[in-house]
Amino acid sequence: MFDVNEIRKDFPILQREVYGKPLVYLDNAATSQKPRIVIQALTDYYEQYNSNVHRGVHALSMEATDKYEEARHKVAKFIGAPKAESVIWTRNTTESINLLAMTWGRDNILPGDEIVVTQMEHHSNHVPWQKVAQDQQAVLKVIPLTKEGTLDVSDIDSYITPKTKLVAFCHVSNSLGTINPVKMLTKKARAVGAKVLLDGAQSVPQMPVNVKELDCDFMAFSGHKMMAPTGIGGLYVKMDILEEMEPFMRGGEMVLEVWNDRATWNDLPMKFEAGTPNIADAIAMGAAVDYLSDLGMDNVRKHEAQLTEYALTEMQKIEEIDLLGPMDVDIRGGILPFHNSEIHPHDLGTFLDREAIAIRTGHHCTMPLMRAMGLVATARASLYVYNTEEEVDKLVSVLKDALRYFGDGAKRAKRTR
Amino acid sequence: MAQNAQNELDDLYGDVVLDHCRTPRNSDTVEPADLRADGVNPFCGDEVHLQIALNDDQAARVGVQSVGCSINRASASMMSEALTGKSRSDIVELAKTFRAMLKGDAPSDDEREDLGELTVLEHVREFPVRIKCALLPWSTLEDALAG
Ligand SMILES: Cc1ncc(COP(=O)(O)O)c(C=O)c1O
Repeated sequence: MFDVNEIRKDFPILQREVYGKPLVYLDNAATSQKPRIVIQALTDYYEQYNSNVHRGVHALSMEATDKYEEARHKVAKFIGAPKAESVIWTRNTTESINLLAMTWGRDNILPGDEIVVTQMEHHSNHVPWQKVAQDQQAVLKVIPLTKEGTLDVSDIDSYITPKTKLVAFCHVSNSLGTINPVKMLTKKARAVGAKVLLDGAQSVPQMPVNVKELDCDFMAFSGHKMMAPTGIGGLYVKMDILEEMEPFMRGGEMVLEVWNDRATWNDLPMKFEAGTPNIADAIAMGAAVDYLSDLGMDNVRKHEAQLTEYALTEMQKIEEIDLLGPMDVDIRGGILPFHNSEIHPHDLGTFLDREAIAIRTGHHCTMPLMRAMGLVATARASLYVYNTEEEVDKLVSVLKDALRYFGDGAKRAKRTR
Repeated sequence: MAQNAQNELDDLYGDVVLDHCRTPRNSDTVEPADLRADGVNPFCGDEVHLQIALNDDQAARVGVQSVGCSINRASASMMSEALTGKSRSDIVELAKTFRAMLKGDAPSDDEREDLGELTVLEHVREFPVRIKCALLPWSTLEDALAG
């Protein structure tokens, strides 16, 4: 196991102060902080071998190409993809899912087919499928939730049916923290011949994820939530499906031969990577994956689970708030949404901010989920490897101050100026 | 610095703001109404429902129901008081002055006089992400005026 205080030294931003107080960064589900080696990888690229990939015969271009493809290998290995070519670089999870919807989705989902999502999807795994369903005259079905915030699978066979072409769901919910039963859903999908898309935006950063073991056909993920820079992410596609898929964007890099009236496609994965790619950020994502692999994803998950357990225990003691999502850390990631019926999350968030505690407030890009829960917004703290019990204590104590501050007017603690 | 942050917070959530937020004024629906509009900020779920009954050209009765954060609710409640009895053109002017107070520089003395109690909301300027909360009632008002 690793020493959190040692890890913290690798993240320059964690040394900074906000309003004169040490930053307590608890907005990791939105984006993670970056270790020095990731920042250094960017600098190295721009200072030492900045060059376009795949096209040059000169030394710098070859070096850049090697590093760029090496990063793809690292990421592929990290998620258990059998081949590096089965990982396509994208900007983020959202782009990965849109790429899939606009290529495989349009070509394979036909009138009368069914697409299944869940009530806890991020907009990015819901809205693209609405569009495919509309365009293809297919049906979009939404698996409901239990009160606890887990999938209600009691009636699963009426959702996943022989008409189902795709089951698309998040591995870990960004709004509830719920870890979904991937293997069970994949098995159900297999039984009816449907494909499975896993939204790994929240799981890949915080737990071991192996696409082969999980037996999914597609997986989308974002670099920026797993210590890599913004603007880089990936889409894993099972090789036999990828070989059949039509290109997404057309132009340079993705072609093999071009005539005035036609073109042929480059090899995988370049076929799906038109134009000059995001070289620097891809290479830096390789560095992020190195960093996480050195920590060991089992250890990352262990830390996350322990800290989550601690936070849940402490936060449950605060009577005025409702914690959302499952209370069992075996089926919960390091995401802690909470809610007070009287005090709007924005007010809580503003109060915490002034104590240098960064949390997120709002609908977290899951409006259908909020609607289903009868809420419009929640406050959400989310943890990562560099967070400590002391930071959770700080959150709890300032949250109590905030509840007192906004609570009963008579009891409002007037501060001396 | 730390103390500053706390003072800013106390400025934002001053007693007047919290009072309006806890006991909103003019919250009954006005029916029939000559002007009405509904405003929503889907990002945080803030809502404002506004009705104004005119007498000649004056806002005789104002009803405003708001849901959401304290800044939105206080702004709506204070707005309802400020509008009551004002002519249409004065209301348009007041909305402009209020918007300028949040988006621009500190108001002039004359403007302060026009704004009255509403000036307590000028501290929202120090919290840029909350400006839209304070403005929602006013953009709803502008919608109502535009018909
Ligand atoms: C579960 C989940 N899916 C998808 C996304 C979208 O990720 P991105 O904004 O990086 O495309 C997020 C990020 O907020 C997420 O948490």
